Amino acid sequence: MNARDEIFAAVRRSLGVTGNEAPRRAAVEARLAATPTGIIPRRGRGEAAERLATFKAEAARAEASVVEAAALADLPAEVARFLAENHLPATLRVGDDARLAALPWEAAGLEISRGPSDGDDANAASAAFAGVAESGTLALVSGADNPTTLAFLPETHIVVLFAADLVGDYESAFARLRAARPSPRALNFITGPSRSADIEETLLIGAHGPRRLHVIVVAAS
Amino acid sequence: MTAAATPSRFRENIAAALGDERLRGLSPHVQSLIAARAEAAARLPEFEALRDSARAIKDHALAHLDLYLEAFERKATEAGGQVHYARDAAEATATIVDLCKAHGAKTVVKGKSMVSEEIGLNAALDRAGIAAVETDLGEYVVQLREERPSHIIAPAIHLTRKDYEAAFRRAHRDLPADRDLSQPERLLAEARAILRAKFLAADVGITGANFLVAETGAAIVVTNEGNGDLCQVLPKVHIVVASIEKVVPTLNDVAQILRVLARSATGQGMAVYTTAAVGPRRPGDPDGPEEWHVVLVDNGRSAMLGGPFRDMLRCIRCGACMNHCPVYETIGGLAYGWIYAGPMGAVLTPSLIGVAEGGALATASTLCGRCEAACPMRIPLPALLRQWRERAFARALTPAGERFALGLWAFFAKRPALYRLTTGLATRALALVGRARGRFSWLPFASGWTRSRDLAAPQGATFQSRWRAKSGRVK
Repeated sequence: MNARDEIFAAVRRSLGVTGNEAPRRAAVEARLAATPTGIIPRRGRGEAAERLATFKAEAARAEASVVEAAALADLPAEVARFLAENHLPATLRVGDDARLAALPWEAAGLEISRGPSDGDDANAASAAFAGVAESGTLALVSGADNPTTLAFLPETHIVVLFAADLVGDYESAFARLRAARPSPRALNFITGPSRSADIEETLLIGAHGPRRLHVIVVAAS
Repeated sequence: MTAAATPSRFRENIAAALGDERLRGLSPHVQSLIAARAEAAARLPEFEALRDSARAIKDHALAHLDLYLEAFERKATEAGGQVHYARDAAEATATIVDLCKAHGAKTVVKGKSMVSEEIGLNAALDRAGIAAVETDLGEYVVQLREERPSHIIAPAIHLTRKDYEAAFRRAHRDLPADRDLSQPERLLAEARAILRAKFLAADVGITGANFLVAETGAAIVVTNEGNGDLCQVLPKVHIVVASIEKVVPTLNDVAQILRVLARSATGQGMAVYTTAAVGPRRPGDPDGPEEWHVVLVDNGRSAMLGGPFRDMLRCIRCGACMNHCPVYETIGGLAYGWIYAGPMGAVLTPSLIGVAEGGALATASTLCGRCEAACPMRIPLPALLRQWRERAFARALTPAGERFALGLWAFFAKRPALYRLTTGLATRALALVGRARGRFSWLPFASGWTRSRDLAAPQGATFQSRWRAKSGRVK
């Protein structure tokens, strides 16, 4: 017997099953189809304003900075302001996301480059697939619109979260993922900038990923 | 202590650990982790209910493991992934080495993975002439020191910044000798720069998985540093190595467990990075691996599923049990002699390498119950430790003196009248003899205790007689 067959046989021997029991198969198929939710914390529920307040508080706990922008058109100025305030170069790498690509970044004094990162970019911006209020988490998905490398290689990652995409809990983000076409290869939950406490349990921000995570929530228009 | 320490030499390892000055620094670290978990749990009113929910999910997944594995394999394959099976450590490492060779890999970057430690992957890659670089900061320094991780989530918790500095100066010889490495920030910056180059140059990335999702075929990797993601997204090939019990039904089930995982581990509401990825890059994707493999490792799990240690397969490797264990706090993780330390290690190790080799670990517990109280998956660790003690006793693996003492105690314990008589006499005799000083600095058969501290003299009555006297008065 090959490894696969032998492992399945051993598992079934231990469970005392054959693998052909109809009730077991039905139970598994039902769970995979229905994807039941369990306990969802109250914290993430509530109206949009409440969700936003929770998101901001939790993201701040995770050392991310969060600001609000009244409109998409305000983004270039807000990004330029953030970079200048933190003494960062006025450069930005973005993907093909139409909402970001169309903005007049150059008019705000920013030098723009496009596509995935090869590790030489100081700053990058991505649009979030969703935000999760309960833990101040951002959900990003892979693809040309917002290349995954933008979220991990640059020292500063700016994430644009459209207020309409802010959900309360992980389950709501997963529901959106199931509906997404085409289905993306990867979903990245990001909660604050990268960190390590491996040296004497001292929390240090900026391990292998970004040192700064800045979230700009664009109000629903 | 070196990587040569083995579980069967547990007593010697403990003696060495107790003499290791550095391990006196462990206590504040685990205490801060305990406090962080308590605060995080208190901040989430649903925490205890989520523990029940998480336990029920894993119990359900384990009871249907064959079917969820099939579903996972189907989905992963549909997404263009390749699923491999390995019965044991040798088969798992051979599979991974072959995959690396097929791509002409010279260097491999690795995310932190306990199962890769368990199967001895780095040594196997090394024998094949492939350099494996650990990229988690703690794992990296442990690898440079040719040690083993001493904690599941904080592999270098036994080391100080001076140890990091010495290891970095030894390994990074191209850097100026007079550079300042006195601060943790400097150490991290140096590791980040060195490892960034490794990430960009590596041919293959290898990570473990915190979960395998049957619903989508995705492997989920949780990290704080982001190293797991760079291992996944930069090299041409990503290999996931995971043991078979990591499979859970759905993403919603993962959400339940995620809510207790980071809170139990570090006190974070959520780890910084939780990534669910399946398959190679899609048409139009500008980044991501060109090939995606999952190596599913049994290595003893299918056997555990059919025995009294099935509950242990719920473990999500958060490390809470070791943080809460007074024995771990005193001797550190390396003394356990293999890969897994603390209460979970003492239960899992004999399951994986046998009671003869690993059974001694179960003696390192007062069965105080703090591990079970902290375990997010409600694994009955003290009961499982007792199981191993019983098995070791039944197989005559317990030392002769201990067996004799237990036999003697059992003789009296099974005869309550005789037990009361002899313990009553002994207690009164000890109270009489010890009356002058109130304590003993030496007693026959008690040198293990009295060598390092005095034994308090009894006050004259046994616990049982005092209990009887008291219970007469309480309702």
